[in-house]
Amino acid sequence: MAETALLDAADKALINRLQEGFPISSHPFAESGRELGLSEDDLLNRLKRLQENGLMTRFGPLYHAERLGGGLSLCAMAVPEDRFNEITELVNSYPEVAHNYERDHLLNMWFVLATEAPQRIAEVVQEITQRSGITVRNMPKIEEFFVGLKFTL
Amino acid sequence: MSAPVNSLDRQIISATQAGLPLVAQPYLEVATQLGITEALLIERLQAMQQQGIIRRIGLLPNHYALGFRGNGMSVWDIPDPLVQQCGRVIGALDYVSHAYHRPRSPPDWPYNLFAMVHGPDRDTVLQKVAEIAALLRERCRSHEVLFSRRILKKTGLRI
Repeated sequence: MAETALLDAADKALINRLQEGFPISSHPFAESGRELGLSEDDLLNRLKRLQENGLMTRFGPLYHAERLGGGLSLCAMAVPEDRFNEITELVNSYPEVAHNYERDHLLNMWFVLATEAPQRIAEVVQEITQRSGITVRNMPKIEEFFVGLKFTL
Repeated sequence: MSAPVNSLDRQIISATQAGLPLVAQPYLEVATQLGITEALLIERLQAMQQQGIIRRIGLLPNHYALGFRGNGMSVWDIPDPLVQQCGRVIGALDYVSHAYHRPRSPPDWPYNLFAMVHGPDRDTVLQKVAEIAALLRERCRSHEVLFSRRILKKTGLRI
């Protein structure tokens, strides 16, 4: 946890607070800074440092993919060890595959499909199933219990 | 297919999905780049936030670099009528970042509730999963935790 040792109390407070939201206004950093007891410049410099140190992935709007009209699903496959590289290559070749993770389970390949057209999800699932001979389990979200990310420091 | 987002909003989304510039007036800078006024940009962002197209604006931490190195996908087999109730219980925990109801995939995947559990290491994640099991008690028929072994691809969502 060496990187967090670089953070002082004000850094931790702003990381905790700014995960929850940020104003949409003309001088938003000045506004947020007032709440945190920091000047506009101080807040901006701290955020730049967090970005340079790789502690912050991004600062800005987080968009809700499905509300934009696209398709989104989580899929899984049980890939035999001796075919793992071949199937990774096949799955990753689809631009619709946004992330792909190897997990320690019989279902050992887990990927997120994000498509512009919702019906494209079923097509990609079927194509990968046919080309690999391994059933792709399609597990689109039915309901979300989302309360926001809260990595509290 | 429905197209709930107009073309100006599309341009705003592509100009901002990688992040806002870290300058005193970030919305003015983006607006100038798009050739619109700051007031119009602010109006569209507020509208998209109200419609839920923008979940929120803010800081996305690199949780791994911040010391949250144990990240497990916990999965739970819950009787269908109880999923919503259990999802709310799990979603309210401060070490759970996302909780979703998803379809089961029979015969070998009975789990219908997924929750990402975060902690400094695997042991902590396993302890937290045990806490969830204690909260759900008989509402949960079985559960597992899947840790990631390797990232095979990560491009992020392109909208």
